[in-house]
Amino acid sequence: MGRYVARRLIQFIPVILGTLFLLHLLSTLTIQVVGDPVRALFGENAPPAAVIDQMRADYNLDDACLEQPGNPCLGLFVDRLGQYAGGDFGINFRGRAVTEMFIERFPVTVRLTIIALVFETVVGILMGVLAGLRKDKFADNFVRFFTVALVAFPTFVFGTLAQLFIGLQLGLELRNSDWAPDWLGQMLNVGYNADYPWLSLVLPGVVLGSFSLASIARLTRTSLIENLRSDYVRTARAKGLRTRRIVGIHTLRNSLIPVVTYIGIDIGLLLGGALVTEGIFNIPGVGQLVWLAIQSNDTPVIIGVVTILTIVFLVANLLVDILYAALDPRIRYE
Amino acid sequence: MSETLTENRKRQPRSPLSGVKFDDSAPLLEVENLQVEFHTRDGIAKAVQGVSFTLNAGETLGILGESGCGKSVTAQAIMGILDTPPAKVTGGQVRYRGVDLLQMDEKTRRHVRANKIAMIFQDALSSLNPVFTVGWQLGELYRQHAGASRKEARAKAVELLEMVGIPAARDRVNDFPHQFSGGMRQRVMIAMALALQPDIIIADEPTTALDVTVQAQVMALLADLQREMQLGLILITHDMGVVADVTDKICVMYAGHAVEQANVYEIYERPGHPYTKALLESIPRVDQKGEELTAIKGLPPALVNPPPGCSFHPRCAFARDRCKTDEPPLYQLPGNRESACHYWEEVLNS
Repeated sequence: MGRYVARRLIQFIPVILGTLFLLHLLSTLTIQVVGDPVRALFGENAPPAAVIDQMRADYNLDDACLEQPGNPCLGLFVDRLGQYAGGDFGINFRGRAVTEMFIERFPVTVRLTIIALVFETVVGILMGVLAGLRKDKFADNFVRFFTVALVAFPTFVFGTLAQLFIGLQLGLELRNSDWAPDWLGQMLNVGYNADYPWLSLVLPGVVLGSFSLASIARLTRTSLIENLRSDYVRTARAKGLRTRRIVGIHTLRNSLIPVVTYIGIDIGLLLGGALVTEGIFNIPGVGQLVWLAIQSNDTPVIIGVVTILTIVFLVANLLVDILYAALDPRIRYE
Repeated sequence: MSETLTENRKRQPRSPLSGVKFDDSAPLLEVENLQVEFHTRDGIAKAVQGVSFTLNAGETLGILGESGCGKSVTAQAIMGILDTPPAKVTGGQVRYRGVDLLQMDEKTRRHVRANKIAMIFQDALSSLNPVFTVGWQLGELYRQHAGASRKEARAKAVELLEMVGIPAARDRVNDFPHQFSGGMRQRVMIAMALALQPDIIIADEPTTALDVTVQAQVMALLADLQREMQLGLILITHDMGVVADVTDKICVMYAGHAVEQANVYEIYERPGHPYTKALLESIPRVDQKGEELTAIKGLPPALVNPPPGCSFHPRCAFARDRCKTDEPPLYQLPGNRESACHYWEEVLNS
């Protein structure tokens, strides 16, 4: 296992360098083709040339290679890597450090991710196991109907409906009643509330996790049914084990291998921020940061945040790969 | 105080088997008129139709037949590990030491498995759980059935691996199934079957997935252990060579029927059923090099709507009109053997 982790870490270096280089190429090519973002910022009311030059220098946009389309700007890339290593992901057009803006918002996204992930994993696997064990019975058909319905509803519809009926109508009832505890009313609210950093994210987290919940339930069901038919389950039965043990220990661990792969990809996606959900529930997360930066043409923020998210995504995938090997010994020895 | 603690830790789970009255004078295993059906989309497939045999301690019974003839289903019905549904045991008895296993409640029957009757499967790689170490899978038997601690179970697992001839057992006990070679994996399966010292081992094509040289080693190991422990061994195979080497008597199955039973010498010397005869003739022989191989023409019948009469008649060289309508009973042949053929005398003398 130790050797597998070490090898995986060594493989990680070219992956992250390559990905960062691709991102760098994309951003330089955009500047080379579309033009200088500083000039675009001012539009027709251009300030004196000296101001523009000063700004270009501040944002690392004064390199001559940025005026030669197709030039990969290797020097600039090396400079950027040095800055990234020092935790510097640039500044926005108002002079604030992107890293600082990101750190301010990232905890919210992490909390939302945790809630969505716990919800989709626990409920998804439970539903999948239930459906798998009761194949073609009522429970299976119910889960099938439920998951198809979840997938069929786009997040903006499902989220808005949840906000209206649960957050507003039901939530208001609860918050105004004498009998309901305070936490319940705050949990089912219309939007983010900084006074309740976890509770107010529960409803958005459920909305955010519902799509993946459907996938996880279906994946678990299929995988469980397939594994229940396998030879080693027959062996476990021939060993005179209890059914509970055969399903819970022998089959489930094997069935969860594809589910973990899915969850791994999902963690990376969730940490990247949820644009729609954060929009509906007014959550100041990373998704909102990117959205605002795009709207205000704040190129350095877009590049900086996307770079950080890429790194977060890659690290999350690395961790899942290691977890995956812990679950399936065959991976370790390849 | 400390005494009760130790006692508690070493407490053996009380096996429901202690309440069952096994008759030690009865034969080890008697299968009588076993019937198994599969409910499929196309209808009911009669996979096993009235198979009967007796197995005594120290005896090896070979069940021979081509794929799909009901050999494995018979074995799994004896073990009680058929997938139900689609399978269903619809009749007959499986008596272990005089007690019908089919009438037992599931809780008791569960303890018969591994403790009294154990099974070895064909493909050891897929039959072992890929995500647990071999030692864990062996030790599980002691932990679940004998209340052993993890440490005790591990020590027992090492012992077992040594018994089946796995070198460096102490290290290999922590390896996963995919780290073993095919032959070693099958040895692990054998070790697993022997763990709780059962009286009967059912080996379902134990060597089919192995190289010929390894096949011989594994078969020799199985035969040695069987002799040593006086096990009743049921060997399911389609390999006539394997059967000839180690079995005492043979039951030939065709389309769910036991078509012939006899001891191994008689059956090779003078088969009493046309199917057995055809099987023997289809073994390639070195002295017939260059000649065309003899095969049994046609395919085994579908089990959903089997042809009337004898199920072998469409492929039989001895078939007459009577075979198309009358299902042959099991005829008692001289020398304590049985054949389900109307013309067994003719076959014997041909």
